[in-house]
Amino acid sequence: MRIIVCAKQVPDTTEVRIDPKTNTLIRDGVPSILNPDDANALEAALTIKDKLPDTIVSVISMGPPQAENMLRECLAMGADEAYLISDRAFGGSDTWATSNALASACRKLKDYDFIFGGRQAIDGDTAQVGPQTAEKLGIPQITYVQDIVLNDDNTVTVQRQLEDGYEVIKVKSPAMLTAVKELNSPRYMSVDRIFEAMKMDITRWNINDLDVSPTDVGLKASPTRVYKSFTPPAKGNSVMLEGSVKDMVEQLAVKFKHHHII
Amino acid sequence: MDNRDIKSFKGVWVFAEQRQGVLTPVVIELLGEGKKLASKIGVELCAFLAGDNVDDLIPELIQHGADKVYYVNNKLLHNYTTDGYAKVLEKAVEEYKPEIILIGATHIGRDLAPRIASKLNTGLTADCTKLEIDEEDGKLLQTRPAFGGNLMATIICPETRPQMCTVRPGVMDKAIKDTSKTGDIIDVKVDLSEDDIRTEVLDIIKIKKDMIPLTDADIIVSGGMGIKNADGFKLLKELADILGGTIGASRATVDAGWIDRSRQVGQTGTTVRPKVYIACGISGAIQHLAGMQDSGIIVAINTNPNAPIFDVADYGIVGDIYEVVPQLIELLKDGARLEELFNKG
Amino acid sequence: MILKKEHELLRKTIRDFVEREMSTYPDEVDKTGKIPEEVIDKLVKYKFISSIIPKEYGGAGADYVSYAIIMEEISRRCASTGTYITAGSSLVALPLVNFGTPEQKEKYLRPLAEGKYVGSFGLTEPGAGSDAGAGQTIAIDKGEYYELSGRKCFITNAPICDFAIISAMTDKSKGTKGISTFIVESKWDGFSVGAHEDKMGIRGTETSDIILDKVKVPKSNLLGGEGRGFKIMLNTLDYGRIGVAAQALGVAQGALDEAIKYTQERIQFNRPLAKFQNTQFTIADMATKVQAARLLVYDAAMKKDSGGVPGLESAMAKYYAAETANEVAYKALQLHGGYGYIKDYPIERIYRDARILSIYEGTSQVQQMVIAGHVIKK
Repeated sequence: MRIIVCAKQVPDTTEVRIDPKTNTLIRDGVPSILNPDDANALEAALTIKDKLPDTIVSVISMGPPQAENMLRECLAMGADEAYLISDRAFGGSDTWATSNALASACRKLKDYDFIFGGRQAIDGDTAQVGPQTAEKLGIPQITYVQDIVLNDDNTVTVQRQLEDGYEVIKVKSPAMLTAVKELNSPRYMSVDRIFEAMKMDITRWNINDLDVSPTDVGLKASPTRVYKSFTPPAKGNSVMLEGSVKDMVEQLAVKFKHHHII
Repeated sequence: MDNRDIKSFKGVWVFAEQRQGVLTPVVIELLGEGKKLASKIGVELCAFLAGDNVDDLIPELIQHGADKVYYVNNKLLHNYTTDGYAKVLEKAVEEYKPEIILIGATHIGRDLAPRIASKLNTGLTADCTKLEIDEEDGKLLQTRPAFGGNLMATIICPETRPQMCTVRPGVMDKAIKDTSKTGDIIDVKVDLSEDDIRTEVLDIIKIKKDMIPLTDADIIVSGGMGIKNADGFKLLKELADILGGTIGASRATVDAGWIDRSRQVGQTGTTVRPKVYIACGISGAIQHLAGMQDSGIIVAINTNPNAPIFDVADYGIVGDIYEVVPQLIELLKDGARLEELFNKG
Repeated sequence: MILKKEHELLRKTIRDFVEREMSTYPDEVDKTGKIPEEVIDKLVKYKFISSIIPKEYGGAGADYVSYAIIMEEISRRCASTGTYITAGSSLVALPLVNFGTPEQKEKYLRPLAEGKYVGSFGLTEPGAGSDAGAGQTIAIDKGEYYELSGRKCFITNAPICDFAIISAMTDKSKGTKGISTFIVESKWDGFSVGAHEDKMGIRGTETSDIILDKVKVPKSNLLGGEGRGFKIMLNTLDYGRIGVAAQALGVAQGALDEAIKYTQERIQFNRPLAKFQNTQFTIADMATKVQAARLLVYDAAMKKDSGGVPGLESAMAKYYAAETANEVAYKALQLHGGYGYIKDYPIERIYRDARILSIYEGTSQVQQMVIAGHVIKK
């Protein structure tokens, strides 16, 4: 069995701060991490590998050369091989264009049974690349996966999370599943695997290695464009209540009454 | 269909998501927003409804503003499946060519929308919180948060149609119901077979919640790490009960296992716009603020006067919630004393 | 300090581990006196506990910098867990790695690495602490076996160990040259443990005496040959010191973390404590010393990894880091004022935990002796 895991290196958005003076994003010093949902996807693949040791877990990522660090992490967690799709021609790709490149890479790897990905990446929060890649590959998708049971007949039975519960869905391979964090708890890198991962090869693919043309990928090919971006304005009419706790509580209760809250 | 022949696409569509024959609440919000957009461009507002004998939803869609309802009735659409719904919506779009499609950013909408956008080779913007029409050329300006709410981005889809987006539930104003309004029903015929649907829905499980859902609450009392332990939520529940509200939580408390994930407010949890939001011991990480800063009145109680939560608060109290909240509860219970204070001004 | 990529990855995963597995845990460990089994299982699974045990015996086969990173980051959150790791992965493992026969390694080192066995290291005696040559535990050659009798005290993991590395006199007349080292299984007749020691700090580890009453130890369990015991012990302590120095560094950093956090939150005279110059100067001092300790610790580890013998470096690192841990914990508690004296804040525990660091695995004064021995040439 071969499982492809799609992973993305993202800035740790919990560490991103706004410069209060310029009201712009401070990106310096923000660590790059393996996208959290993708870590759940990788864990799901490795859990299957734990049970079926012949399973090959292949991680693919599209990103700049530095994304190699994130792929090393995936290898240190237990992935068998890693592929980095990296080319200036891919720069500025939106989700549609990204899915063209990822789908092409999956086709090149061939003979996969499942593709796992995270539900969404924390820098964009779109949750689009998984389904769009599945569509390009012509395979079924199940998103928001919170449980996976592998059956004997090349099918999986999964729980698909809903706002107020979940669906139980069965699908035959090949299929794309996208993971939410409730699916599992990603393993850590083990000390020995970290050292092994440093010695493993990471395959680099550029645009010539994939069956995509410049009309499929990159900024120009992308159907969406960023028209403008801005930092959300801060609210700023705070009234800080003062005095003893008793005073402040009394003032607040009066405000509540003014606003007809009570 | 030539998706670059922009002029051949007309009308605003709303995907009328239904589950087990009940419209998802966001649909009414989409109709409200869709009407504004359609009026601005001067086109029709249409709803696209797919399901198994859900005819009785059609009047509801019309009365909430749809001029037309495109309806696909097929027993294979009884439960939502990506393959089934994507096929019928794709065929309808190819036939009727809407210029804009709004889909609720629900777990179903966010499954369906990218699949169709990929089929149609057009752009899709996820989880929009603001939609506008460009005065110059009538294109859709789709604004959404990125980088965990640190950045807002306005996205356009300049060269292909339809312009597609998913819209965050709870953000747009609901359409006003007009029972006198009439509209057309267009029966869309799509050849759908069992072989088209490659997934099998074995079961749909609902999980009952014993508290008011966050999005339905007018008053939310929310706890952060400042409550120090899981028991702190009991205190907050007491306050919420007196005010007739419910409990919310920061991500850190959910991650610590103090409270169920369904209570999480913020970028990765639920976006809320209650009339009153009381943040107790929440420092106010940007991800949290993104999910609650549009609340009517925000009260913040925190020991750290520099906590960012105070930047968005209407009323701030620097103090320990274990001192402030019990006193507040006591005072709120004492109607006479409250009256006296109020009259004193 | 610039580390290699693999070391950065290791630090990242350990921090992740500490954050996810050990967030509320030091208080529990301090109260219950036990490290939860599921945490120990994970320490084993990810080979955090066997970093310097060779791969062929089930360890990670990593280096001393890795070992130091693990000790620093784990102890930054919980010193008890740090002690648990160092007791197994260095004090018990090192004599086996460096002096064990292939059979001994297979029988004891592998299960130690794989978490099937817990080991303890028995050197200290009631009458022989820093003065190892004054040991009273004796091993009598009975032909087929050695017969061991005596008492070891303050032994980490003694109540839960499967085997102990025990030093005993095979020839009292030769002083330290008459010391030999044995692998003694706890299930053997005559092996028992004393009462649980009710310690001031690192309360998550279990400590007691080991009592040996005519324990029959097979000849095959003699480690490294008769009379080699003192050399084995010194060798073990020389390298093991790097781990304890890293532990002390972690405790110091943990205390500094608490001080920074608290002084930013605590308001007095309408300002956070961190806005007062006295606080700023104190914290600047603490941070500088912690960083100096870090450089000493990793310098010693890197020297060992590059094939050197870091006897002097590891003594300096252990001495300085342990003293710094105590000083920083003291100052951090002082910055907490009265709140530092109650158990609601972690600094109370950190302060108690820090105290052992300048005492065990060679007191600060023994380290000073070692350092002086190196630098004052005769």
